[in-house]
Amino acid sequence: MSKSDLMLQHPLAKYLRQERMPHIWCEGCGNGILLNSFFNALDELKLDLDKVVVVSGIGCIGRAAGYINVDSFHTTHGRAIAFATGVKLANPDLKVVVISGDGDLFAIGGNHFIHAARRNIDITVICANNFNYGMTGGQYGPTTPLDAWTTTTPYGNVEHPFNLVHLAAASGAVYVARWTTLQARRLRNSMMKALQKEGFSFIEVISPCPEIYDRYNKLGTAVEVMKWFKLVSQVQHASDPAKAEITKNQIIIGEFVDIEKPSYGKLLREMTSKVQEKLKREKAK
Amino acid sequence: MKANVLFAAFAPQYVLSLLFSPWKRNVRKVAKVEKTNRAILTGTHFMSGDLACAEGALAAGCRFFGGYPITPATEIAERMARRLPEIGGIYIQMEDEIGSIAAVIGASYAGKKAMTATSGPGFSLMQENIGLAVMTEAPLVIVNIMRGGPSTGQPTMPGQQDVMQARWGSHGDYEIIALAPSSVQEMFDLTIGCFNFSETYRVPVILLADEIIGHMWERVKIPPPEDITLVSRKKPKVPPNEYRPFQPNENLVPPMACFGEGYRFHATGLTHNERGEPKTVSIEEQTKLVKRLCDKIRKNAEEIIKVEEVMLEDAEVAVIAYGITSRAALSAVRKARKQGIKAGLLRLVTIWPFPEKLVAKIAKQVKAIIVPEMNYGQLVREVERAAKTTPVFLLSKLGEEPHRPLEIVEVIRSILK
Repeated sequence: MSKSDLMLQHPLAKYLRQERMPHIWCEGCGNGILLNSFFNALDELKLDLDKVVVVSGIGCIGRAAGYINVDSFHTTHGRAIAFATGVKLANPDLKVVVISGDGDLFAIGGNHFIHAARRNIDITVICANNFNYGMTGGQYGPTTPLDAWTTTTPYGNVEHPFNLVHLAAASGAVYVARWTTLQARRLRNSMMKALQKEGFSFIEVISPCPEIYDRYNKLGTAVEVMKWFKLVSQVQHASDPAKAEITKNQIIIGEFVDIEKPSYGKLLREMTSKVQEKLKREKAK
Repeated sequence: MKANVLFAAFAPQYVLSLLFSPWKRNVRKVAKVEKTNRAILTGTHFMSGDLACAEGALAAGCRFFGGYPITPATEIAERMARRLPEIGGIYIQMEDEIGSIAAVIGASYAGKKAMTATSGPGFSLMQENIGLAVMTEAPLVIVNIMRGGPSTGQPTMPGQQDVMQARWGSHGDYEIIALAPSSVQEMFDLTIGCFNFSETYRVPVILLADEIIGHMWERVKIPPPEDITLVSRKKPKVPPNEYRPFQPNENLVPPMACFGEGYRFHATGLTHNERGEPKTVSIEEQTKLVKRLCDKIRKNAEEIIKVEEVMLEDAEVAVIAYGITSRAALSAVRKARKQGIKAGLLRLVTIWPFPEKLVAKIAKQVKAIIVPEMNYGQLVREVERAAKTTPVFLLSKLGEEPHRPLEIVEVIRSILK
């Protein structure tokens, strides 16, 4: 049986743009697991795929939008959330998902992230966090741990990293979770929850980068990095995101925030209908 | 300053008809709109250029505005924030101009006619995503009410310093459409024109106005809906499995499906083939795509270029002007004629694509061309390029005052001596 026949038989094949395979990702990269969990979440929820839009920015995971068999857009660097904001507001019937990386979402695109979370735009943001800029060959970024070696921190990183779940929670996200690619099923469940949530939901996915970041920092092969995830991951649901900083010895995972708050779209629609009703009343007078 | 603005306000009107003949192509009349149409405020109004621009957008069917406050374009955002909810549209004030244009591209892909409005600093911030809109062929309108630059410059003062940025501001090879209104009526008319061009050619279109036109108050006639010609993007006629999102029709423009319509297509800022698949190392695909993106403007330039020719038939000297400057130029040409000087005016309504064939033709006829601009020489370079050996004189103004007609007359006289 040929490789493409095997692919066609896969129960999730319909979610993948198969003509785009092979993908550009390295062996052992966590992006495949992230995508698989996302496909599983779509499958479990039985969403109408004609009404799902995936938006990504630039970077390794930025190519995800092109691999998913829904309406998709590969924006400029950092602008995926701003673009997604326009899509969601212009057509509230769409389920809009941003899948992008830590550098795209939190360095060049950080402003859009905090403001979309503050407004509570009804979108889901999934961040593949591999601690570096992989596409350009391994430079440090906003989540690179202190002391880490990258091509632009040849003497060790002296910048403090963002704690993404803390940032998301402080910015106003209604759902905030963190998983590693080891917890694929929990990640799927979390994605299902995020997709159904009204408002701004955020999932951080700690992802191996075996060819670049992990190799530079002698973290071992992809399997060894997964073993490290297993060793240091601690599920602490509803724990304080401020205390969830990632260290060599501890990655706190789980759902940090799960609250209800009216979304921007809902408030906007309410305001709009009030304005229109007032106009009608004035006209009737 | 005040005297000049007053002068401008009373300058003879040369309001263009909304129904430019080129724009009648491939258009459909708006279906009968109920009489309680709040989107199109039919009637005669006294309003500023910024307000007329907002009303033009609403009349054109714009239902999404993403913006960020900036002098002297803020009034457009304010008007849109007030008016859009009345007709079920969306106003969002983004965190910056980069976010504004990104959201506008998103809204366009989700099927709305969408717009943003800004001035120099914000226009600079938008440049990268103007390239994205060009590359992904997103129909949208960007209004730039030009002020004095560089940098923060003179926020409340007029300028025409973004002419070249409008043309070349984003990286890579591309062509752009930019229209320059010279009256408040044209702020209304040309905003509709911008939307029609954007929908016809699937391109971002720039309304390049200046602070005086933006802030000046004049009479504006808003026609009844049935007299307003509107264009909407062509939709694909093939089933989703046969749809190629970037396969052009005979006009070099691909029909556009929108998100949620079942076509499940991909769009990217990377070089792509007709299916929208990235082709990052193919010379053929890069050549094919870039040429088509440019050619859909170049080969349709005759349809896009709109100018006004005044007393050029027998002119010995031509003034080429646009925006607020063209009003002083018109007055200057009339004054010169009264003095027996054969002067004529070419007013550019379309700045980009530049009407180089027409300018070349005029250059062959006249002894000299004068280009008054509120910058240190931008469009004059295009004029020089087209005029070849005919002498071209720049009449530059920087700062608060637009040109005075008599200044232009003086230059005309001195050249002819």
